[in-house]
Amino acid sequence: MRERLRKIYRWFDERIALGPVREFAMHKTVPVHRYSVFYYLGGMTLFFFVVQVCTGILLMLYYRPSPNGAFESVEFLMTTVPFGWLLRSIHSWSANLMIFFAFVHMASVFFMKGYRKPRELTWITGALALFLAFAFGFSGYLLPWNQLSFFATRVGTDIAGVVPGVGHWVLRFLRGGDRITGGTLSRFYGWHVAILPALMTFFLGAHLLLVQTLGMSVPPSVEEEAAKRRPMRFFPNFAMRDLFGWTVALGVLASLAAWFPWELGVKANQFAPAPAGIRPEWYFMFMFQTLRLVPGGEIAGVEYEVIPILGFGLAALLLVLVPFLDRGVVRSGRSPLFTAVGAVGVAYIVALTAWGYHSWTPIYVVLGVAALIVLLAWATRRRDSGGEA
Amino acid sequence: MSTNKPDPADPLRRKVINWFLGGSALALFASIVYPIARFVSPPRVPEATTNQVDAGSVNDPALVSNGYKIVRFGSEPVIVIKLSDTDVRAFSATCTHLACIVEFRKKKDDIYCNCHGGEYNLKGKNIAGPPPKPLTPFKVDLVAKSGASAKSIIVSRA
Repeated sequence: MRERLRKIYRWFDERIALGPVREFAMHKTVPVHRYSVFYYLGGMTLFFFVVQVCTGILLMLYYRPSPNGAFESVEFLMTTVPFGWLLRSIHSWSANLMIFFAFVHMASVFFMKGYRKPRELTWITGALALFLAFAFGFSGYLLPWNQLSFFATRVGTDIAGVVPGVGHWVLRFLRGGDRITGGTLSRFYGWHVAILPALMTFFLGAHLLLVQTLGMSVPPSVEEEAAKRRPMRFFPNFAMRDLFGWTVALGVLASLAAWFPWELGVKANQFAPAPAGIRPEWYFMFMFQTLRLVPGGEIAGVEYEVIPILGFGLAALLLVLVPFLDRGVVRSGRSPLFTAVGAVGVAYIVALTAWGYHSWTPIYVVLGVAALIVLLAWATRRRDSGGEA
Repeated sequence: MSTNKPDPADPLRRKVINWFLGGSALALFASIVYPIARFVSPPRVPEATTNQVDAGSVNDPALVSNGYKIVRFGSEPVIVIKLSDTDVRAFSATCTHLACIVEFRKKKDDIYCNCHGGEYNLKGKNIAGPPPKPLTPFKVDLVAKSGASAKSIIVSRA
């Protein structure tokens, strides 16, 4: 068997020169220090993305993107198609976990200053991939064509519409007209299954390629420690740890999907009031809550709600540009101002999310995740005497 | 050797050719991008103008039990609120904040938007929460129809 595999390998090697790739993989290492556990977060996000692609392709076999067919096709999928409920629930849960891990991954890279030279492009492609993930979430939310998704889209596209100047064009571009109709559903479906995947392939591909070629960034505060300790071989040591994490993640995902299957709700009715307790997905909650808090009124012909909307847009732009704004980290390896601003940003997001839900749960989730990371850091630690390198 | 023969190394000649080449590339690019940009901007489809709709009887069960209902005014949702048999009001049901559809809260005697908690009084004026403007009022006429036991609600643009 082994001989046969070797033969197959040689056959390919003679034609497409696998040697350099193998050589690269054999010698790839991962730095070891007290924050090494954070290196698994990107891989975890990637795992959920792969789950999204696989389950998304399967859901396409039954889904019909039309106002008279969308809700009914998802209902059929949930009630009649064998394991339809499981695949849809996994798709919904995995989407949420992917965005959650992308958030934690981004926050860890931010606080560990992983964006500094030469990894500016890794940061930018990663940030754009996160925004694309939001767009995936927003476009996918409408597809079941239920009351909740209908109003979420109505509000979300209206937010784009209030931006001065280009807003109205963007609103019509997103909706495929002035209102949310079957045309909007076709558009969102097109975005969700073709345009966004194409863009994501590009940005994620570039992101992964950069991570591979530049290697893992070592935070300035532990450079000394990492230099002293022997790095870990990517194959098999790091990859096996990754694989273990993904297996656990798959188990968690299947359990969540089985115990808490995703609801379908009531079919969208364009002439019914917004249901009580309506709210967006949790990752938009802090923006939703901010918009609730802004009073009605105008200043110099501009409605108050425009101010936070432009503010969030500006914050997103600044986030992408962080590697070029944070000059201190290049000079001295330290940038306490950026750390402080980041901490305030995270605190704002968590606090407004908790406020939006009128619940302490978001704070417990953050504390729970912090505890889990500490536990995992302990569980995946490597003693230098282990002789793995 | 003829003096008319063009010199291929002439910088001006090279510049002109580069301009032509660049210009052609730009024109080619524009001829691809322009149709795509126009294609993705949805065309404006003319709609029949609605000036008046019959919102049904004042004794409509939905109207009696909830105190309101949402009716179609062309493609627009309009909220019809029944305060008494003789006092029926109608407003645009689209919240002026971020375009959700509002409802009437019988217990609180106000018009409320569930999306961001906007509140309007029964004259459609924004009184609390984020809405920046009042709801557009519609005119209501209660018309007795021959053969019908209750009056019909006729909603028209104010």
